[in-house]
Amino acid sequence: MKSLKRYLDRVKPNFEPGGKLQSLQSVYDGFETFLFTPNTTSRPGAVNVHDALDSKRIMIIVVLALMPCLLFGMYNTGYQNWLAAGATEFPFWQLMAYGFLAVIPRILVAYVVGLGIEFAVAQWRHEEIQEGFLVTGILIPLICPVETPLWMLAVATAFSVIFVKEVFGGTGYNVFNVALVTRAFLFFAYPAQMSGDKVFVSTDSILGLGHDLPDSFTGATPLGQIASFAGDKLELLNLRGDVISTWDAFLGLIPGSFGETSTLCILIGAVILLATGIASWRIMLSVIAGGLIMGWIANVFETPTYPASFLSPVDQLLFGGFAFAAVFMATDPVTAARTGVGKYVYGLLVGVMAVLIRTYNNGYPEGAMLAVLLANALAPLIDYCVVQANVSRRRKRLRERAGA
Amino acid sequence: MAEKIKNTDVLFNPLSKNNPVVVQVLGICSVLAVTAKLEPAIVMGVSVIAVLAFANVIISLLRNTIPTNIRIIVQLVVVAGLVVIVDQVLKAFAYDASKQLSVFIGLIITNCILMGRLEAFAMGNKPWPSFLDGVGNGLGYAIILVIVGFFRELLGSGSLLGYQIIPQGWYEAGYVNNGLMILPPMALIVVACIIWVQRSINKDLQEE
Repeated sequence: MKSLKRYLDRVKPNFEPGGKLQSLQSVYDGFETFLFTPNTTSRPGAVNVHDALDSKRIMIIVVLALMPCLLFGMYNTGYQNWLAAGATEFPFWQLMAYGFLAVIPRILVAYVVGLGIEFAVAQWRHEEIQEGFLVTGILIPLICPVETPLWMLAVATAFSVIFVKEVFGGTGYNVFNVALVTRAFLFFAYPAQMSGDKVFVSTDSILGLGHDLPDSFTGATPLGQIASFAGDKLELLNLRGDVISTWDAFLGLIPGSFGETSTLCILIGAVILLATGIASWRIMLSVIAGGLIMGWIANVFETPTYPASFLSPVDQLLFGGFAFAAVFMATDPVTAARTGVGKYVYGLLVGVMAVLIRTYNNGYPEGAMLAVLLANALAPLIDYCVVQANVSRRRKRLRERAGA
Repeated sequence: MAEKIKNTDVLFNPLSKNNPVVVQVLGICSVLAVTAKLEPAIVMGVSVIAVLAFANVIISLLRNTIPTNIRIIVQLVVVAGLVVIVDQVLKAFAYDASKQLSVFIGLIITNCILMGRLEAFAMGNKPWPSFLDGVGNGLGYAIILVIVGFFRELLGSGSLLGYQIIPQGWYEAGYVNNGLMILPPMALIVVACIIWVQRSINKDLQEE
């Protein structure tokens, strides 16, 4: 550690104005503050309140909370490949290694593209590098199907980092959730590749691990099966042809986007986020309430026209990206509503819209992504209404007192 | 001599410094609607140039006889007449393009650029400068349409004017056209990029 610090100090003059590498100053600064606490402190004479929970620490805790989903996603990717090949034994470490190899290029692409743009912009504007992409970079591979082509991922990441974050002013100023816009870009730009039944299961062996599946192989996600379902009695099948139980959906042993299948792991992440006070329990609670209410309404009026209405309200929460959106996407402190009451309204909107889109628009098998983006757009309006209502209530109280 | 310089300004200012689309932000609806492919964008651009130039000349000739309180109606009648002529010409000589543009030729009547130029310029200037103003503003509009149409067709369909540009080998290697480019939101984002580039070149256009 000491030699690292000594090395950083030794090369520092190169990056200061006038040094030969001054064009990389914010890159150096980013690394230095990432590795060591800066030794400059605020000047005496003013009152400073310093919170140890700075944005770097918040980001790291969110990344930690995502780890169970990531690890389970690796296992599940291997599991689905083995299952599709008709295997009867599931060697744990081989499955993990296979899933690791499948996801690592995607994580790398997301980070290299996103951080590359962040570094370039920070340098261009002579600002410090902001940490926002640490979380976004891990979210992007988690919410995309495992077979997403790498170049598409790179294009989508670049698009959303530039047009959703940097043009609005960088981390903390974005109106929409960057990771979700990446997903939405992929969904709308490459619909044939991003939906349907080809991308959610890894079909090739990697470095001798796993199984090569025939080209004709298809493996639809539960929600994909629902969207193309016709008939009266809904039965969801896994890749081997067995019925998917609610328990399978809770554990996450179903095909789906990489990290969002397992409700159990998402719950572990939720506990970490709530225990550390980083995510808002109001939002999580009201998203789930909204999903249950809308799921219940849909289930009461079940109809073969909209097959997703056959799902019980609890199943609505377990399938697809709903739980992941509730815990990790809707609670993003930058894009969510900030007032207490506003958080309930915002969460309810996300929950209701997610199930509404999923159920009553057969063109979109999953609605969680669109619901969160819609609520992002409305969050400032919700906050405005809550604040104005508060202002007029207090003004009225003041007037009553003055009158009395 | 002084008047001549003024005339060139009248013609060339709308191309960049005072562009009707990216500086005044007028006529955005039709930019969204007709630019998914390059060909309709060009036809639309030419149609607007023709309508705008002749409407400007006609209104400029009539400017001293139009009663002020019904001038908008007179302007609309002139524009509507010209639009019908353009529509019929397109139907006769460029039927496919006219099919693609469908109602948007008719909607030139409601294009803010037209009313804007008629009110702001033709009502107070002689026919020749008005003609140049019409051509200049029409060109400024057409340039943006063509740029947007170029990028949307190239990235969204892999072709230009219907000819495939992206080599077949790319598709075989896994390249896929960007479907979002065909959708209207992307037209706004391309226009935003043009505004971005233009403002970073012309510093005097930047707002505080």
